[in-house]
Amino acid sequence: MEYVIEMLNIRKEFPGIVANDNITLQLKKGEIHALLGENGAGKSTLMNVLFGLYQPEKGEIKVKGKSVKITNPNIANDLGIGMVHQHFMLVDPFTVTENIILGMEPKKGLTVNMKKAEKDVKEISDRYGLRVDPSAKIADISVGMQQRVEILKTLYRGAEILIFDEPTAVLTPQEIKELTQIFRTLISEGKSIVLITHKLKEIIEVCDRVTVIRKGVGIDTLDVQGTTPNDLASLMVGREVLFKTEKTAADPKEPVLEIEKLHVKDSRGITAVKDLDLTVRAGEIVGIAGVDGNGQSELIEAITGLKKVTSGSIKLNGKELSQLKPRKITESGVGHIPQDRHKHGLVLDFPIGDNMVLQTYYQSPYSKGSILNNKEINKQAKKLIAEFDVRTPSEFTEARALSGGNQQKAIIGREVDRDPDLLIAAQPTRGLDVGAIEFIHQRLIDQRDKGKAVLLISFELDEVINVSDKIAVIYEGRIVAIVDPKETTEQELGLLMAGSKRKGAGEEANV
Amino acid sequence: MSSRLQAILVPVISVLLGLIAGAIVMLVSGFNPIEGYGALLRGAFGDTFYIGETIRQITPYIFAGLAVAFAFRTGLFNIGVEGQLLVGWIASVWVGLAFDLPKFIHLPMAVLAGAAAGAIWGFVPGFLKARLRVHEVIVTIMMNYIALHLVNYLVRYVISDEQNTTVAVPPSASLKSPFLENLTDFSTLHNGIFLALAAAIIFWVVLEKTTTGFELRSVGFNQHASEYAGMNVNRNIVLSMVISGAFAGLGGAMEGLGTFGYGFIHGAFSGVGFDGIAVALLGGNVAIGVILAAALFGTLKVGALNMPIESGVPTELVEIVIALIIFFVASSYIIRYLLNRYKKGAK
Repeated sequence: MEYVIEMLNIRKEFPGIVANDNITLQLKKGEIHALLGENGAGKSTLMNVLFGLYQPEKGEIKVKGKSVKITNPNIANDLGIGMVHQHFMLVDPFTVTENIILGMEPKKGLTVNMKKAEKDVKEISDRYGLRVDPSAKIADISVGMQQRVEILKTLYRGAEILIFDEPTAVLTPQEIKELTQIFRTLISEGKSIVLITHKLKEIIEVCDRVTVIRKGVGIDTLDVQGTTPNDLASLMVGREVLFKTEKTAADPKEPVLEIEKLHVKDSRGITAVKDLDLTVRAGEIVGIAGVDGNGQSELIEAITGLKKVTSGSIKLNGKELSQLKPRKITESGVGHIPQDRHKHGLVLDFPIGDNMVLQTYYQSPYSKGSILNNKEINKQAKKLIAEFDVRTPSEFTEARALSGGNQQKAIIGREVDRDPDLLIAAQPTRGLDVGAIEFIHQRLIDQRDKGKAVLLISFELDEVINVSDKIAVIYEGRIVAIVDPKETTEQELGLLMAGSKRKGAGEEANV
Repeated sequence: MSSRLQAILVPVISVLLGLIAGAIVMLVSGFNPIEGYGALLRGAFGDTFYIGETIRQITPYIFAGLAVAFAFRTGLFNIGVEGQLLVGWIASVWVGLAFDLPKFIHLPMAVLAGAAAGAIWGFVPGFLKARLRVHEVIVTIMMNYIALHLVNYLVRYVISDEQNTTVAVPPSASLKSPFLENLTDFSTLHNGIFLALAAAIIFWVVLEKTTTGFELRSVGFNQHASEYAGMNVNRNIVLSMVISGAFAGLGGAMEGLGTFGYGFIHGAFSGVGFDGIAVALLGGNVAIGVILAAALFGTLKVGALNMPIESGVPTELVEIVIALIIFFVASSYIIRYLLNRYKKGAK
């Protein structure tokens, strides 16, 4: 069998960590090959080795049977390897064509031959069914379109092998479907694809073969045909994975969070939360289901004091919160796992240790008077790192250097350890793999079982249905329905989230 | 290579490259670089007098460097050190002249007046940034001009009787030290150097060891996360500029109460405040680095005075060498890249 790319026994070390150890990946011509592993397992490192961004300590790379040394991305380009990064590398004010030709512009005398460039881009776009407008500005097109521009960029450079790094993480379900179609077209045109992912469903749907790596070590390569998500998950995590989180029935007690007639304006001054009522009791998890942009962010920011409340009341254990500063709210017993961990959750340039005391550094034992006690801070960090399985070389490592899943575990450790009466978890598992998701869900349920109140906000219906004891559907800034997760379906929730009234509530359902 | 070793190696190599490039410039212009640098070294360390002068010159550089570094570490660019230094200078002289008090009260009061004036000058851009999101670079640059002309007005019409200089501050408010002067063959060396070293220690303690420093650094890196964690972002922005300005104002007090002992009308900026930006950059924005970088700048500045006398090399060449050093520090990326290549080659 002919392989277009062979990475044999690759080993890559970073100070204090072996990112890749003895990994072998062989890509056949015309196949979609998945690279599966948990966050931080070493998938991106391996692909960066292939793309020439890192040099391996050991191992061999062969392209079409010939041994090669890829010392920088230009060589990778010349060998026909193209990469579509998870975070797009595009110049926003430039047009699609300008972005694609950047670095290898067709010349006409001293000027760029824009006509030819646009024609070429159009031609490639049509050939692969990408339907991209060559003269549109990047800033004006959707995320899905931007991704296609990235694909076009690699094709324009003559890529035969395309690497996709978590391509579906930023896409809507409809866009994912279209991307799958694009994959098929690419294959039929003779390209080969490596798909980096931790989403098992995707692999089963589109891939031919899959290589699994775990904690930097190559585990196995197998045909996707005949495997189940369960097989893959246990290979990836190294143990059995429970897809359905096990939990006992909730035992709700007195109300912890009581919100009445809440109004909040968004950053543009438009009312985003209007007349919202919500109660979360001790010992229950209330999940908020809704389409992004229906006031969820503003609701959380209002509870945590990051946004001013226009009117209405927010009570925690009977105490009014709505006029308090974030610090007072935190001190009254609110924990918050923020939606955007890079923006709000962590100071990325701080060591992970300092991040573990981001809200408590001024309290005993982390400081005395106004002098920090670094010994206590690092002791606490060490404890949380061990308890929450945060994989980091040490507590002195900058938070920036950790993988997304480990950053998230650090935040959850910090918030749960404060043992807040109310824990707000906003999109707590976004971008994480099944192992980490299971871990995080279990922690939320543990808090509930300890008699704490948990408010979960998520755009993943699976998650809301799976973890919550009660689901509140939010639509245009209002809670429009409270449903029991055991008695509802994704379809019903989907309709409610789209604004239709509930059947049996005295009105006809209007979609 | 550990990042710490690299943090030390990069500025050292930058300085060496700057000196080498300076030597080439001298060669091209027809001077002997060995003689030129020899004259520079003798001019800075040739005898105790010159050593005294060099240490005296280092003093305001340390303060200016600390001022820039403090703001930088907390995410702000203080380009207004020059102006803060000038107002600190005149405030300290004013307090020195206006009161008749025993030294143990008078001197600390005059020094603190310098710090307070610098702090107020830093407060304005800090406040405007916190409240109205006006960029601090613009405001601090403009505040430099306000300081220059305000100080000149005060010297001429308020503190003196339409003179170009004020009278000298009385001994009770002076940093001058007969002991240090005797020791260094009657140079202008004064007690300010001890205050500068103390300030560097305070800089380190405040930033690294206190909860205030934790907040300031956190806000400097990520305002959103700091707000989420319950810190008062606006208060920290103002505080950072106030502390930075206070360091600069102290630097001015060193000139007003020590080096000169009086205030005078400035035709132009002294340049010490602007050099502070380079000192902070070269020193990697840490206390010990600022001291070392200030020492280098002081040495170059004082030693340069001897170059035309002994070897005929014009002082302007020293300015070029300083500029080249800054250039190499600023482009330290190249050095870092070469170091990494070398490391790989060695394996």
